[in-house]
Amino acid sequence: MTGYLLETLRSKFPEEVLETHSFRGDDTVLLKKEALLKTAAFLKDELGFDFLMDLTAVDYLPREPRFELVCHFYSSKHNYRLRLKCPVQETEASVASLTPLWSAANWFEREAYDMYGINFTGHPDLRRILMYEGFEGHPLRKDYPLKKRQPRIPHRD
Amino acid sequence: MGLETVFGHSYLTTRLDEAVNWGRKYSFFNYPFVTACCGMEFMSAWASTYDIARFGAEYPRFSPRQADVLFVVGTVNEKLAPVLKRVYDQMCEPKWVVSFGVCATSGGFYDNYATVQGIDKIIPVDIYIPGCPPRPEAILDALVKLQEKVSKESVLDRKATGSAATGPMALKADRYK
Repeated sequence: MTGYLLETLRSKFPEEVLETHSFRGDDTVLLKKEALLKTAAFLKDELGFDFLMDLTAVDYLPREPRFELVCHFYSSKHNYRLRLKCPVQETEASVASLTPLWSAANWFEREAYDMYGINFTGHPDLRRILMYEGFEGHPLRKDYPLKKRQPRIPHRD
Repeated sequence: MGLETVFGHSYLTTRLDEAVNWGRKYSFFNYPFVTACCGMEFMSAWASTYDIARFGAEYPRFSPRQADVLFVVGTVNEKLAPVLKRVYDQMCEPKWVVSFGVCATSGGFYDNYATVQGIDKIIPVDIYIPGCPPRPEAILDALVKLQEKVSKESVLDRKATGSAATGPMALKADRYK
């Protein structure tokens, strides 16, 4: 089972898949961000992954490429799970949106945009979801100042 | 309020204070501004086992205009701060604020980009309840302390002195300088 999914993806996208590994039943595929949308479409249409469970990002500062986009997929038909990870550079922090495939991606991508500043091309409504309008910067970036506050109304004293 | 505004702290005023404060301290209408897990202990204190009705404060009003005590129960973040300020401003004098639990009091362990480090950065606070969350006994203790505080107030304290521009906020701010 484990070998099958990873082997299928490696043979289907030999150029795009950078690395695969499997740890205690968790299958992970590291691939180029340009290939994310078509790989996800392949997962959905051909392999029965009908559920986007999570989409988020990680900041690995000072590593380059700095960010990693992490998507978790689940197939309720086959009880498979798969994790896709895409390295994303700070200078071109832009990835194709998964909203055409799963509408669940909408709010996940807004959160990743809000917290890390990763842009999702093709997203219907890419604006902050947790922080407020007028908030500057992206608070879960490792270089966001730890003690920085951005009050909406003046504080007393 | 009446004669006392003319005579100041005369015999009449001090007795009036006592009568008014007695009425006020045993009939708090509270506004529960509940944002987090402290709400569970809040409910517990209000329910039958601890029964805050014994102290006359069981009546929650979900309109700030009808409330006397603002209970800020739980974490307040920067996004929510203007809402809290607005709720406070909508309450009529006399009004009091209880900061319920460490998050409302100091931000608690949420020392981060999103959290207000204590609601006294936004509005003046009368009583702080420590605990994460506080036990119902601590809440009852805080209420008794608030009653003691109210019983020492004078109706003169809240007499409007400034122009309309100063407003209730300015009045309250003067008291806590």
